[in-house]
Amino acid sequence: MADIAHAHRSEPLSGRVAGAAGVTVTPAPAAGRVALRVNPSEAGQLSSILGLALPLSPKTSVTTETGRMALWLGPDEWLLIDASVDAGPHLTSALCEAGVLVSAVDVSHRNTAILVEGAGAQATLESGCPQNLSLTAFPVGACSRTVLGKIEVVILRTGAEAFRVECWRSFSDYAFTFLADAAGDALA
Amino acid sequence: MSGANRIAGKGRLTPARTVRFTFDGQALTAVEGDTLASALIANGIHLTGRSFKYHRPRGMLSAGPEEPNALMDIGRDSARRTPNVRATVQEVFDGMQAKSQNRWPSLSFDIGAVNNLASPMFAAGFYYKTFMWPKAAWKKLYEPVIRNAAGLGVSPSERDPDHYANHHAHCDVLVIGGGVAGLAAALSAAHAGAEVIICDEQPEMGGAFRHETDTTIAGKSGFDWAQAVVAELRAMDNVRVLTRTTAFGYQAQNHVGLVERVTEHLAAPDARLPRERMWQVRARQVVIATGAIERHMVFANNDRPGIMLASAARTFLNHFGVAVGARVGVYTANDSAYNAAFDLKRAGVSIPVIVDVRPQVDAALLARAADLGIEVLTGHAVVDTKGSLRVRSMKVARIGGGGGKDYAIDALIMSSGWTPSVHMYSQSRGKVVWDEASERFLPGVHPQASMSIGACNGTDDLNETIAEAVRAGRESAEKAGVASGGGWAPPAAVAGTSWAGNMMGSGEGAGPDTTVKAFVDFQNDVTAKDIRLAVREGMESIEHVKRFTTNGMATDQGKTSNIHGLAIAAEMLDRPLPKVGLTTFRSPYTPVTFGAIVNHSRGALFDPTRKTPMHDWEAAHGAVFEDVGQWKRAWYYPRTGEDMHQAVNRECRTVREAAGLFDASTLGKIEVVGPDAAAFLNLLYTNSWDKLEPGRCKYGIMLREDGFIYDDGVVGRMAEDRFHVTTTTGGAPRVMHHMEDYLQTEFPHLKVWLTSTSEQWAVIAVQGPKAREIIAPLVEGIDMSSEAMPHMSVREGRICGVPTRLFRMSFTGEAGFEVNVPADYGKAVWEAIWARAEPMGACAYGTEAMHVLRAEKGYIIVGQDTDGTVTPDDAGLNWAVAKKKPDFVGIRGMKRPDLVREGRKQLVGLQTRDPKIVLEEGAQIVADPNQTVPMKMLGHVTSSYWSENCGRSIAMGVVAGGRSLMGQTLYVPMPDRTIEVTVTDTVFIDKQGERLNG
Amino acid sequence: MLLIHCPYCQEERPELEFRNTGEAHIARPADIANISDEAFEVFFFLRDNPKGLTYERWRHIHGCGRFFNAVRDTVSDKFVTTYKAGLPKVAVVRADDGSVRVSDRVEGAGL
Repeated sequence: MADIAHAHRSEPLSGRVAGAAGVTVTPAPAAGRVALRVNPSEAGQLSSILGLALPLSPKTSVTTETGRMALWLGPDEWLLIDASVDAGPHLTSALCEAGVLVSAVDVSHRNTAILVEGAGAQATLESGCPQNLSLTAFPVGACSRTVLGKIEVVILRTGAEAFRVECWRSFSDYAFTFLADAAGDALA
Repeated sequence: MSGANRIAGKGRLTPARTVRFTFDGQALTAVEGDTLASALIANGIHLTGRSFKYHRPRGMLSAGPEEPNALMDIGRDSARRTPNVRATVQEVFDGMQAKSQNRWPSLSFDIGAVNNLASPMFAAGFYYKTFMWPKAAWKKLYEPVIRNAAGLGVSPSERDPDHYANHHAHCDVLVIGGGVAGLAAALSAAHAGAEVIICDEQPEMGGAFRHETDTTIAGKSGFDWAQAVVAELRAMDNVRVLTRTTAFGYQAQNHVGLVERVTEHLAAPDARLPRERMWQVRARQVVIATGAIERHMVFANNDRPGIMLASAARTFLNHFGVAVGARVGVYTANDSAYNAAFDLKRAGVSIPVIVDVRPQVDAALLARAADLGIEVLTGHAVVDTKGSLRVRSMKVARIGGGGGKDYAIDALIMSSGWTPSVHMYSQSRGKVVWDEASERFLPGVHPQASMSIGACNGTDDLNETIAEAVRAGRESAEKAGVASGGGWAPPAAVAGTSWAGNMMGSGEGAGPDTTVKAFVDFQNDVTAKDIRLAVREGMESIEHVKRFTTNGMATDQGKTSNIHGLAIAAEMLDRPLPKVGLTTFRSPYTPVTFGAIVNHSRGALFDPTRKTPMHDWEAAHGAVFEDVGQWKRAWYYPRTGEDMHQAVNRECRTVREAAGLFDASTLGKIEVVGPDAAAFLNLLYTNSWDKLEPGRCKYGIMLREDGFIYDDGVVGRMAEDRFHVTTTTGGAPRVMHHMEDYLQTEFPHLKVWLTSTSEQWAVIAVQGPKAREIIAPLVEGIDMSSEAMPHMSVREGRICGVPTRLFRMSFTGEAGFEVNVPADYGKAVWEAIWARAEPMGACAYGTEAMHVLRAEKGYIIVGQDTDGTVTPDDAGLNWAVAKKKPDFVGIRGMKRPDLVREGRKQLVGLQTRDPKIVLEEGAQIVADPNQTVPMKMLGHVTSSYWSENCGRSIAMGVVAGGRSLMGQTLYVPMPDRTIEVTVTDTVFIDKQGERLNG
Repeated sequence: MLLIHCPYCQEERPELEFRNTGEAHIARPADIANISDEAFEVFFFLRDNPKGLTYERWRHIHGCGRFFNAVRDTVSDKFVTTYKAGLPKVAVVRADDGSVRVSDRVEGAGL
């Protein structure tokens, strides 16, 4: 079987670029992702495997220096994002063997992400997201599953003027087109 | 000179900056900053349209958004055309094309004006009473003719080339209205540290200072002070100033809709700018500072072009530098009209007389009038006017005195007082309260976190207004929890105009003579006698009067007419006005374009279009796509010269003879993980999952609690505590929701979690006798032999070097596999499989062939062969219902009497006597085609195709007692013929299922 | 658009993130397979449609995903309170001015 060519990866938004004065909209690099479910009282036991302590407050996230992120999505639900594209399967098996009751599911390919950055980043998102995204209500590190236009997304604020928008793969065309359209009016 | 009526040295526009526009084809010149209304009046044009019902000539009544008459069709080019635009709001831009509406063939000669002569016919309730019989005539005759004659404006037929934007905005304090009250409140709140949004519908803030020029604040004229405040607000980081922005809807919890007109006033707008911008503001506190709207006087023929509100004339003069006439009559019940008269007189306009209905008038006003040489007649009324296309005279009589004297005029300005604009308060669900002292409705308790200030709150005095506003700004910031130490001290102000004086309802000479037209509502052509008639006919509730007469309905929402109508009704009913009640002010305050409401959601953003990872390959290989929900799915792949039928026949044949590739990625997938995973599935499916070993899969049926089939799909057990559940494409989100509902609220004790993996996996179905041969060489780590991997099993390994969950399963009846790979690899793996499959004679097949192939095997499609009223037994799926389980969703519902009775519709096969006839899906089935209509229908056809593999048509249907009718003949009556069918079982090919094991 | 307080996210969120999922505090009978037709009718088909206070279920479907319960006034459209799924029915009282608040008293065992 040595002659099997390794399948190459086709990312849904590859090659897309958009932006306007004060804001850029770019597809994020591919990443490893795990949908993690665990009783919050046992979440602490996963810290050494994860290399981070799962955030326990609503709308918060943790990001490590190596670029691993844990986003609180619900009281027993987190989205783990790792810069390494292979992290999904590895993390999943490590978590399943942690001796804690968990559900770890590799969703690396389910989601794709779009980075919205610049002075108009917040306004771009506000075109479609009804949540209060001001720095007071949605500070750096805040994250939430919410809506953008007609789709569901997860928004993570990575900087005062930088957001990561995660959505399901087949909605990424809509999300990107929406954000590109909204970017045009961001500095209104 | 841009118009003969432009007065040198008056107004705030720059005369040198001229722009050109056309009105009904006539080329005219305006000054930058003009509204269409001011530009027309500058050019001596008052006649701007015909009225809605009587087609009476009409001109501008107002200078603002309350305008009921001057609705225009405004065009930029053929696609950019908007009907029903207020000439008093629309700013003129170079090249603008304005057209009057509701007239044919021309504005000055309009055939519809015959309605005016025939007006006794058109009294209130006329339509309801007249066009009732015969019933059939309504649709065919009356309605089209009435609609044609009565329509206001014509909607554009071309696609709107502009774009629109939306912003969800959050702030501490939203201030609605940029008059003196709003500006002072905004500045006060902003200095206290609040995030403030202030909006105003005009291009410049200042509110009444656009016309009122006698006031000074902080040593400046009111208007200059307002502009200085705006500049200060704009310079603050915590303030957003929105001009040309109308707050149109006040919803729950301080959610207020604003629409900003971004480019409507520009001759050559930047294409990147949206035409309009929707602001959905969520404010902690709202300050309503919407001012007051002047009312007209209700008297005979009060609607001729040239008759307008006093404040409008003052706005045209003081803001736009335009005189509304050379000889202007004044008819008032309010002090402020005197100031309008004084301003006009000082600008050189002749004021023959001020007619005031009040017997007593403030001596200072009378003295000023005398100083200017203006005659004042107190206790008098204007009882009639003359002039066909423009007012040319008015008749003035002493109240109760009869007779009268004619005055030659070319304009008449009027004021019966000011109505506090409580629209926003009312929309916020506030109940207005009658203030007996000032005889007006004012805001009462604010049901939301808001307050009203200034004229809309009944505060007339300027210094009181400013003090109230400063307090409101401060309090709002405090209530929003953001107030810091800062503040803003109210400036010293000297008011120049009195707003006192109030008259509601019709005056002298407005009836009861039934032929007199004294208009209450100009937009809806409602006269004082219409309201009297409504009351006489028994409409006692003001809501009934409104609907019977249409008073206050439509786009103006009663801004000028409501109070007059109410007063007349109250008089007729002999009840105090507040006892009659006020109709509801509805959103929108002024009309909002569909573009603004839809904003980003047009074209590609109208609805998400979902594509599978293999979409591009499919498109490149000629796939025709069908919409399945939001998904684009490959329907069939026609080769050169093939039509759909031929392509589907070839695809169906090829799958059974060789193999086919099918994109099944859209199937819903849910990962069910946890020690209680099997227990949970036992409760959610009819089947039992305990004995399913890891590595095996099974077809499952999900019911609702009522016992009807909800969804189905194959479930694979990946490990003791991990299942890979599939759902139908359309059912994916609702099945997930349904499962979460039960897990969270009925079975929370179960240790199991659900994760949607629908889009994690691309799914490539490889079906047919050569399926294994095609994929086996690409697969690593899985023994694919029939013994090691029998039908209905699942393995994990690698394909093309990437991880796969490989299912051996079939929705075609052929031996087959479903290759699940991480979605981003889907296209490459598909291509690798295709590279092997094509030379082996396989094809790619689409959803149509998939449907035919599964129907040949009698596999149902939930939602096609079931419709939400089909039980497992009805569908012949009793084998999939576990008999020994104590509980599962639907277990009780299934046993309801109606679900277990004899004679229920059951799914059966149907074969046409003539094998070439393909039944229509949805067609009804009867036992006796010769019975009389309506026939007794036994059921209907659910699935029907031409089956190339069977060499004949095949069909399934639900038929009452169907399984007991095997071999019997039934009939499908169609409009052109009756089709004979035989009832069969539902498997049309390979009845033993031997091919599955191939 | 309403703001709805999610008892799990512990803040008010826009209505667009939520879905109403029907009347609250209707427990699925433990021995559902054996209940009478009448009992099934009551459990499955019969619902209140009050003018005034109503107990209903919501799901923060585009947020934390949790189901929870709410008391809402169908006249004013105002939420009186929201609370986590599985907690007992919250008792509320209407004051003379028509306003509604959560009662200090806990009503029955709840469901």
